[in-house]
Amino acid sequence: MTGIPLSIDSLNVSYLRKLVLWDVSVAIQPGRTTAIVGPNGAGKSTLLKAALGLIPSSSGQVSFFGGPLSNCRPRVAYVPQRESVDWDFPVNARDVVAMGLYRRIGWCLPVRSIHRRMADEALADVGMADFALRQINQLSGGQQQRVFLARALAQKADLYLMDEPFASVDAATEQAILAVLQRIKSAGRTVVCVHHDLETVTEYFDDAILLNMRLVAQGPVAEIMTPENLRKTYGARLSLLDEVATNLGGDSPRKL
Amino acid sequence: MDYPTLEHLWRILTLQDHNTRIVLAGATTFGVAAGLVGAFLLLRKRSLLGDTLGHATLPGVAIGFLVAHTLGLDPRSFLPLALGATLSAVVGIAAMALIRRFSRIKEDASLAIVLSVFFGFGIALLSAIQQLPGGQASGLEHLIYGNAATMTSADTFFVCASSLGITVICIAFFKEFSLLCFDEDFARSSGWPATLLDLLLMALVVCATVTGIQTVGILLVVALLVIPPASARFWCDGMGSMAAVSALCGALSCLLGVFLSALFPKWPTGALIVLSAGAIFITGLVFGTARGLLMRTLRARLAEKKLRREHLLRAVFECGESGTDTVPLRDLLAKRPWSRSEVSSEIARLADRGLLTSSLSGSSVQLTASGLSEARRLVRNHRLWELYLIHHAEIAPAHVDRDADRIEHVLDSRLVEELEDILEQRPHHRLVPGDPEKSPL
Repeated sequence: MTGIPLSIDSLNVSYLRKLVLWDVSVAIQPGRTTAIVGPNGAGKSTLLKAALGLIPSSSGQVSFFGGPLSNCRPRVAYVPQRESVDWDFPVNARDVVAMGLYRRIGWCLPVRSIHRRMADEALADVGMADFALRQINQLSGGQQQRVFLARALAQKADLYLMDEPFASVDAATEQAILAVLQRIKSAGRTVVCVHHDLETVTEYFDDAILLNMRLVAQGPVAEIMTPENLRKTYGARLSLLDEVATNLGGDSPRKL
Repeated sequence: MDYPTLEHLWRILTLQDHNTRIVLAGATTFGVAAGLVGAFLLLRKRSLLGDTLGHATLPGVAIGFLVAHTLGLDPRSFLPLALGATLSAVVGIAAMALIRRFSRIKEDASLAIVLSVFFGFGIALLSAIQQLPGGQASGLEHLIYGNAATMTSADTFFVCASSLGITVICIAFFKEFSLLCFDEDFARSSGWPATLLDLLLMALVVCATVTGIQTVGILLVVALLVIPPASARFWCDGMGSMAAVSALCGALSCLLGVFLSALFPKWPTGALIVLSAGAIFITGLVFGTARGLLMRTLRARLAEKKLRREHLLRAVFECGESGTDTVPLRDLLAKRPWSRSEVSSEIARLADRGLLTSSLSGSSVQLTASGLSEARRLVRNHRLWELYLIHHAEIAPAHVDRDADRIEHVLDSRLVEELEDILEQRPHHRLVPGDPEKSPL
């Protein structure tokens, strides 16, 4: 695993002629978990999508493992936001996870039993082994999120880019995702998560990127999650920030 | 209206008529192809695209006719018309793309604009053609409403070949198209050329539309792209089975429509095919095994029954509380707003299942051992959930009973364990009966 998994250099992205990301440069460290943190509309998801080439960027350089994405597609797995798809689609959990194997299966060839087994293993990794044949519209929100995670795990990538995996999930799912993040990390692989919950950033992640259209700060959570930086990211009006900032470092009480 | 004679019916059903055979072959293979492409179109939420493309073919059809006429070809042969239709549909797609690229008009409006402008242009061209000497243009109106009955062997060959091609491509790219329909971003991120796949799918829709012009007509071709997959969804929960059933529904609609129009030659085939598709849709809507109305009602009925059973068990348990007592019927009646006959019939059902025994006179009941264990489980779930709501959801205690009432029936063992952990240290804990499996009374 050579090179920096993801490096973004002076990225500018605009949507309908409005600048959404302004001159953002970040470098993701290998073998660590990184949270992208910022207020609503800060361009967190946009950063991931632009890096993956899902939306056009007006200027800037993105490289994966030291080269263009097209050179290392199989090493990069993407977990889109759960709301981005229609869960009423006529497939079951295993079918969705198998989609992570389609590239390996190749053009026009069918999903075979070996792939179904691999999909089931990925489902077991997120604690969803019993739900392989469940229709996806019969799953709870947290379970759907875990199916998405399993699909990325099935890709057996070196870099995982996740868009809000912790957004409105139940406690069991939160634990399952955390366990997966730990496993990915201990295998020397890299995770980048868009994360919305300030309270849990220091507890869940090694590094953070503070973003509000521009890059505010990046680095190990202990160093950059300062009241000063948070104020720069979120603006001064949030009184909650002081509370969060004082809680940082210690184990803040977990919410139910 | 002339009703067909039995002899006529027999001749049609046994396919003795050469013309019926041709039309049937063409229409049915088209039904399969349209059902398959339509399944992807529906899941990609682009069904209206089929309608717009259908309408957008009209100017091409008219121009194709004019060119064939000028070159001295047989203007009734379908090939030049099909070529014109394809070109004009492609121009239609390009027009929609341009409108969306250079204005902020949304997709639905751009679809409507292209549909109406192209169709208007086509109508204008048609009336110009009608003024040509020779009056050969009479066949063209058939293409608007569809008239499979005028299909020739050459037309049928064209329709079959094109439908077969569409079917083969749909099956070959089944996995790729499914992924595109479900999650385009993921497809792109994992390296599939999503734009190319999308174009291929659109090309298939154009081909299907053009192929279907003669069978069901420009106005109604969208029906065979949309109705069969929508019908299939009532029966299937899987992508593969849905596509297969959709193809089947398409073929069946065409089959029925062609038979009907052979029986009643004055009725246009296209309309009869679409009506058949509609009948198949309604059948699915009512009887469909996956999402049909009957099935849903049945499931609701079963859930209702389970609910009543569990309410009664809980009532018997709570009236005695220790669970071993004999409980008089009037106590049960006072427990809930249910009638005496409801309670009596429910008691009979529970007695059949061996969950409780009723006294000879029927005036009191007692739980059996298995009934007791089941009742303890229910009461336990109910109270755990009540406590959770009081302590963690901040609901006033007076409101809790009703909410807990609904949830208790669906709590699974994993959730119950979680509730136990949460509520472990609460003083109310002793009110919750122990787990029947861990500590039998």
